[in-house]
Amino acid sequence: MPLIEFTDKGLYCPRGQFYIDPWRPVDKAVITHAHSDHVRAGNGSYLCHRLTVPLLGLRLGPAVAGSAVAAGGAGSASGGLYQGVEWGEAVYLNGVRVSLHPAGHVIGSSQVRVEYQGEVWVVSGDYKTENDGISGAFEPLRCNVFITESTFGLPIYHWEPQPVLFNSMQGWVADNRARDKTSVLIAYSLGKAQRVLLGLEPTGVEVYVHGAIWNVHQTLVAAGVALPPVQRVLPDMPKEWFRGKAVIAPPSAEDSPWMRRFPAYAVGICSGWMQVRGNVRRRNADAGFAMSDHADWKGLLSAIEATGAEKVFVTHGFQAALSRYLNEKGIEAAEVRTEYGEDEEGDEPAEATEAEATARAGATTDETEGGTEDAGDA
Amino acid sequence: MRRFADLAVKLGTSTKTNDKLEALEDYFTDAEDADKVWVIALFSGRRPKRTVNTTLLWEWCRELTGLPSWLFEESYHTVGDLAETIALLLKAGHAEAGHAEAGHAPKTEERGWPGGEGRGRPGGGLDSGETLAYYLERLAALGKETEEGKKAFVQQCWASMDSDERFVFNKFITGGWRIGISQQTVVNALARATGVESSVIAHRISGDWDPATTPYEALLSGEGGGSELSRPYPFYLAYALEEELSALGEPAAWQAEWKWDGIRGQLIHRGDALFVWSRGEELITEKFPEYQGFKERLPVGTVLDGEIIGLGPAVAGGRGAGSGTAEAGRALPFTVLPFAALQTRIGRKNVTKKYLSEVPVGFIAYDLLEYGGEDWRGRPLLERRAQLEAVVAAVGHPLLQLSPVIPIDSWEALAAARGGARDHGSEGIMLKRKDSIYQVGRKRGDWWKWKIDPLVIDAVLVYAQKGHGRRSNLYTDYTFSVRSGDQLVTFAKAYSGLTDKELAEVDAFVKKNSLEKFGPVRTVKPELVFEIAFEGIAASSRHKSGVALRFPRINRWRRDKTPADIDTLDALKKMLELYGK
Repeated sequence: MPLIEFTDKGLYCPRGQFYIDPWRPVDKAVITHAHSDHVRAGNGSYLCHRLTVPLLGLRLGPAVAGSAVAAGGAGSASGGLYQGVEWGEAVYLNGVRVSLHPAGHVIGSSQVRVEYQGEVWVVSGDYKTENDGISGAFEPLRCNVFITESTFGLPIYHWEPQPVLFNSMQGWVADNRARDKTSVLIAYSLGKAQRVLLGLEPTGVEVYVHGAIWNVHQTLVAAGVALPPVQRVLPDMPKEWFRGKAVIAPPSAEDSPWMRRFPAYAVGICSGWMQVRGNVRRRNADAGFAMSDHADWKGLLSAIEATGAEKVFVTHGFQAALSRYLNEKGIEAAEVRTEYGEDEEGDEPAEATEAEATARAGATTDETEGGTEDAGDA
Repeated sequence: MRRFADLAVKLGTSTKTNDKLEALEDYFTDAEDADKVWVIALFSGRRPKRTVNTTLLWEWCRELTGLPSWLFEESYHTVGDLAETIALLLKAGHAEAGHAEAGHAPKTEERGWPGGEGRGRPGGGLDSGETLAYYLERLAALGKETEEGKKAFVQQCWASMDSDERFVFNKFITGGWRIGISQQTVVNALARATGVESSVIAHRISGDWDPATTPYEALLSGEGGGSELSRPYPFYLAYALEEELSALGEPAAWQAEWKWDGIRGQLIHRGDALFVWSRGEELITEKFPEYQGFKERLPVGTVLDGEIIGLGPAVAGGRGAGSGTAEAGRALPFTVLPFAALQTRIGRKNVTKKYLSEVPVGFIAYDLLEYGGEDWRGRPLLERRAQLEAVVAAVGHPLLQLSPVIPIDSWEALAAARGGARDHGSEGIMLKRKDSIYQVGRKRGDWWKWKIDPLVIDAVLVYAQKGHGRRSNLYTDYTFSVRSGDQLVTFAKAYSGLTDKELAEVDAFVKKNSLEKFGPVRTVKPELVFEIAFEGIAASSRHKSGVALRFPRINRWRRDKTPADIDTLDALKKMLELYGK
């Protein structure tokens, strides 16, 4: 019996009787990170990194009382039982040793290391190999079997180091500022938005954020993550207010009526897909910054090599190309179909309209506070 | 070169026409003159002759990156542009095999080759500080060199350039600039930079001039070397009529003609030579040797605007005549051949006797732009038309025909005549104001095209391939099937007609429901039904279905239909019978 099986509900460890990032409701889920294609509602209990717990509260609803303690039992209608652990901390599930390790993807994101009788499997979740300064440095883990993502698994994807990207982003913002334009940066609300914020900090430009990003921000700050201060874009702010300033908004706000509140503005999209010109043009962006929270081709290859794995399973992305390449290099690999988003932004929850976003923002802010308190009790 | 790469990036990403105009104007104001000439040439479709074939380019890049060819191809199909694929792969510097790890080492992208042979500045003193003209002229001269010579030059260039420069350099070799710059934008930018009126600029930069030998001043002052004789006028183009006919006012103020489905062309007789230009400003004189027969009686100093089209003699009761309405029933003095027939000739390098007799190509003249060596574009249409009729009659050649005028008794009668357009191979009606002058470019107001409704058929999506340009990495190029018994038969490819949102939806469907992969093509579960519209249909032995469609595109997504509801091959064949001859 393999340590981890690929089932129609997700990756399953029969020996330990738990799933990793399941896409259908299960009793026991181990969660790599809080993006919505990796963590879905309806599971009985969720084991994840300490910093992912409040994000689950934000996305899925408040935890059930008694959370954060390894306890069995059925989940509740809203959230579930959330159990947060530190990186490297061992948890035994039916005799299987499970531990989480930094994946460098977003805050709280983890690889899942599963060990039983000396055999080690590692599930990467989503990861990037460059240390972005806030998500934790990706930790290469030796293992027998490595299950890797492949979102950017083609050699055309090659990221500039973060300082270089920040440099060009800062230059772009300064340029807009000089022309009295608002810089609207499109970045995924968990992960990219926090990185962009970090990148903008040295410019001293005033940063405003969309409600979805505000919620994540408040949640992280409440959990003790040090982030630069931001202001939330509010409906009663006058247009002129935003001249020369910077705004961070999620992809769903792009091309929505929400954007009309800004005076002359330029749109810069932060996404790995911006590496290819056609994508920048398709999105009708004024600027594209090829900035990703996923590993580029070289990152994927170096991470895979570092595991020393004798077998590699390749999931969501360019799995056919990456697994064929690995096989030709003498690393046994196979592609696996999952229901994780292939698109870097496909995992953004629906916040399409202004009304929706505002309504959600109002509702989830309250929930967040509740969720955080619950987690704090334990 | 740096300057041009910046311009290309700016034009490629800017979303506002005004920003593009400004960027071009800046360039035309202070770049080097020789470079300006090349920019005008490049952005008006005057691509330098290809001197390096793309397979070699591909090979040289593979050699430097050490990637297997299938992975190179996979990358290409995702990027959708060879020049950019190569630039991206070189940027990552994949060179393996004993070279230093290139990947994440350099802080920013440095010039110079990570691990490759061309590390640092190559001996030839190449520097991307060289002008745009330098690279383009070197590339043009490369045709005479050996493969080794070409390779050395290209790889040295790559080594000395940064990623943006490499992209534009590759683009010079592969051609096909698509960065959203219309010729009109180039003309307008030049007008702003020089203060010369844009219609004058448009004329001066048209025609046959060589950017390598034409000085900027000469080009813009209209003394662009020996090209004077062949220089065409910019075409006047019509917009599609969107409002009611009655909004045009009195029918008496308008002239109506059939709209032909051939190639818009300009026939020029100056000096002792006859020149033929396509609307794409391509000199295509050699393709149509039958036109040389007009020369004898076509006065020198004459320029005709018209349609290049396959012509046959008038047939009593045939295609030219047999229609229900009174107007369209008026027999034409000729019959036109379907576009597909013309197409078989255009592609040929040498037009053999066989083709000349099978597909005789004529010219349906509809305007007179120059007469007696004088520019007639400023005269009213009626005056031009009267003289045109005289000129065509004097030539008296069966392959030079006058575009028939459709009498307009009332707007209603004209609408009825339009209904019969397809019966004699026309795709609709052109409406021109009788007092209109011949303008430059696409303009509203005086000329309108009023096309007939397209033919439509419901079909199911069966293959998908990733698109190019702004559709890169999205499955946007589709092949459709109709039903034949319990089989599906492919009959058309279509690339356009869906909104970005719909494309994203179909893309997601393709990714989830692909059955097999053949290179870049995926076979898809036959489930999505679309209405395909097309302008014409012709028999074809090259297609499995036996038909070739003209301008197929997606009319709408039939979400209300299942594959069981699609049309049959018999329905297509019926259309072929009705409209395909």
